Amino acid sequence: MRHTISVMVKNQSGVLSRVSNLFSARGYNIDSLVVGITDDPKVSRMTIVVKGDDRVIDQVEKQLNKLVDVIKVVDLTKDDFIGRDLALIKVKAEAHNRSQVMEIAQCFDGKIVDVALKSFIIEVTGKESKINAMVELLKNYGILEMVRTGEVAISRGKKVAEEAETKVKMKAGKAGQSNL
Amino acid sequence: MAKPKLKTGAQMVVDVLLSEGVDIAWGVTGGAILPVYDALYLNRDKIRLIDTRHEQGAVHMAEGYAKSTGKVGVCVVTSGPGATNIVTGLADAYMDSVPLVAITGQVPTSLIGTDGFQEADVVGITRSCTKHNYLVKSIQELPQIMRDAFFIARSGRPGPVLVDIPKDIAAASAEVEIPGKSSIPLSKFVPTPDMNEIDKMGELLKQAKRPLIYAGGGVINAGAAEDLYKFARKTNIPVTLTLMGLGSYPASDRQFIDMLGMHGSYRANMALTHCDLLIAIGSRFDDRVTGKLSEFSPHSKKIHIDVDPTSIGKNVRVDAHVLGDMRFILKELTKRAGSKDYDAWYDELDGWNHKHPLGYKQDPKGKTLPQFAIDEIFRITKGDAYVATEVGQHQMWAAQYYRFNKPRRWITSGGLGTMGFGFPAAIGVAFAHPNATVVDIAGDGSFQMTLQELAIVKQYDLNVKTIVINNKFMGMVKQWQDLFFDKRYAATSIPAQPDFVKLADAYGIKGLRAETPKETKEVLEEALTKKGPYLVDVAVDEEEHVYPMVPAGGAVKDIVLSKEHDRQKAMEERAKGPKKTTQIHL
Repeated sequence: MRHTISVMVKNQSGVLSRVSNLFSARGYNIDSLVVGITDDPKVSRMTIVVKGDDRVIDQVEKQLNKLVDVIKVVDLTKDDFIGRDLALIKVKAEAHNRSQVMEIAQCFDGKIVDVALKSFIIEVTGKESKINAMVELLKNYGILEMVRTGEVAISRGKKVAEEAETKVKMKAGKAGQSNL
Repeated sequence: MAKPKLKTGAQMVVDVLLSEGVDIAWGVTGGAILPVYDALYLNRDKIRLIDTRHEQGAVHMAEGYAKSTGKVGVCVVTSGPGATNIVTGLADAYMDSVPLVAITGQVPTSLIGTDGFQEADVVGITRSCTKHNYLVKSIQELPQIMRDAFFIARSGRPGPVLVDIPKDIAAASAEVEIPGKSSIPLSKFVPTPDMNEIDKMGELLKQAKRPLIYAGGGVINAGAAEDLYKFARKTNIPVTLTLMGLGSYPASDRQFIDMLGMHGSYRANMALTHCDLLIAIGSRFDDRVTGKLSEFSPHSKKIHIDVDPTSIGKNVRVDAHVLGDMRFILKELTKRAGSKDYDAWYDELDGWNHKHPLGYKQDPKGKTLPQFAIDEIFRITKGDAYVATEVGQHQMWAAQYYRFNKPRRWITSGGLGTMGFGFPAAIGVAFAHPNATVVDIAGDGSFQMTLQELAIVKQYDLNVKTIVINNKFMGMVKQWQDLFFDKRYAATSIPAQPDFVKLADAYGIKGLRAETPKETKEVLEEALTKKGPYLVDVAVDEEEHVYPMVPAGGAVKDIVLSKEHDRQKAMEERAKGPKKTTQIHL
């Protein structure tokens, strides 16, 4: 099963190496790993998508918590969370199908951020499934190049990751039912 | 608040060492570590700096010191090859949870990343074999890093921490306050125990009819041997120990039923298989103990007391677990536990022991058996020595036949199984306990890996008795080749050996040799009772195998009890016909 895990880490050099080293050394399967700064300059936040059964995910969380630089580990999968991926897609756009490509971009709420004679670059954000769907459609026109960030995630409602219990026995939170 | 004094980085390092109670360190000098060594030299009346013949010797000495005292062992080496030479020791300390702080010199900050002379990415190389590591980037952060390093090394589950210090930072001067404590909270390493789980354990204890305590190295690391003893004696529950746990419960006590696992006794392994409540205390369900997981202790409920959350449920699912300070948890559990009689259970245990006890038969006119030699060491030292071992058959026999009543006397490399560990580790023990008798039970293969440290034994006149159990083979591997590879001795025979007596003499140490059982008795009597270092070469029968043996990946029912038993099983297997796949877990 796919798990989205949010990890708060100290913003020290080598932290990213340490986390990825942990995963590769123990043979866990990372689907994606995104890291960036937070509003606190001393803290960075990672979103890691990992595939595994309950036992593997349990070990992943505990092993991460063991690292000195890790502040908090939260498995967002069990609760309601918002996950977003960002993609920049350079797609072929010939004279005869340019408007179709633009329409597809519009349907998916994508923005055209680069216009060239025979290509566009479309910037799109959204759930991974939405981006996957758009990519599938654009393949028909010819994708020249593509780059994706991988999923960043945050829990819904008032619950803040810092306050979340470390070893997850999360109660089913129904805060803010919107599904944007 | 007075302004902090102007000091060099090296002096700050020494200041933290002194305030952490360090009075000895081991290492080999070199260019990048010169400033630190200079500061240590200026403080040589407070910290002894032992320079060894190889950095691997230094790190294992620090390990032996730490294992036999519970204090943090310190080793200080230079950059590049100096640092890479301690990687084995760090990995060993990591696997066996030994508190170490390793200080490595590094090229000056301006040269980092330029493939400088004796430069190595030590932090990258040791990332997966240290509890944590640091590359110091500025002199301002150096004192806090040193303070944190000691805290991390000894807190919760102990382990090795490496601090990589560039030469220019060690040589620079600044006015930086030496912090009084670590910047990391203790709660990072020691969880708060869940009292509900302790209550749950108390309930499970009440219902058990055949309980078994399975205690490991964690008891020794926690300093909880006394609490374990009180718990076991109040509850009257039998105790089995892992290799790393030996000495945490007195072997002479009637409740002790030997070591369990791959080379544990028949009684202990049967107890494991037939118990209805398995109480794991400071042990980690290692594969050498569990064998085939699907058939491991199938009828028991399991409870687990540990300080490291990653050990819970990693290999084996447990029914209740408590994380936290073991002494506190054991005290609480002892309060909730009652005293029961388990007469029927003890009868069963006695029965198994009677059926297949540990033992050997020494023919006084035959070849010396390694088990006999080790038994003699036990007898002559009255079970009271510090005993280090190398890795292999002799290690298993030492675990079986040297019965420890106190913790921190048994100094062995369990998790990593590092050949060449024992001799330098014994040296480290001798520095910690200069008046004790320190024995290194060594195989001839292992001893030749780190014997250069004989120079240290001589230089400091240490009371280290190295007993080489010499079968001219890599015994344990030969045993596997006998059992699984049709006696194809690939790279296990060691015919070209030094004359160990002449070698000892060359180092200025007393050397003795024994070729017969009678000579063995005499030679060991002298070496173990007279003061001073000894190197003893005991020729033993190379055909001996360590039994019992639960084959790797096998279940307790696959246990092999003797050579005859093994031959019988092999015939039965052949009668069954060809197998589809041969799975060998090594």
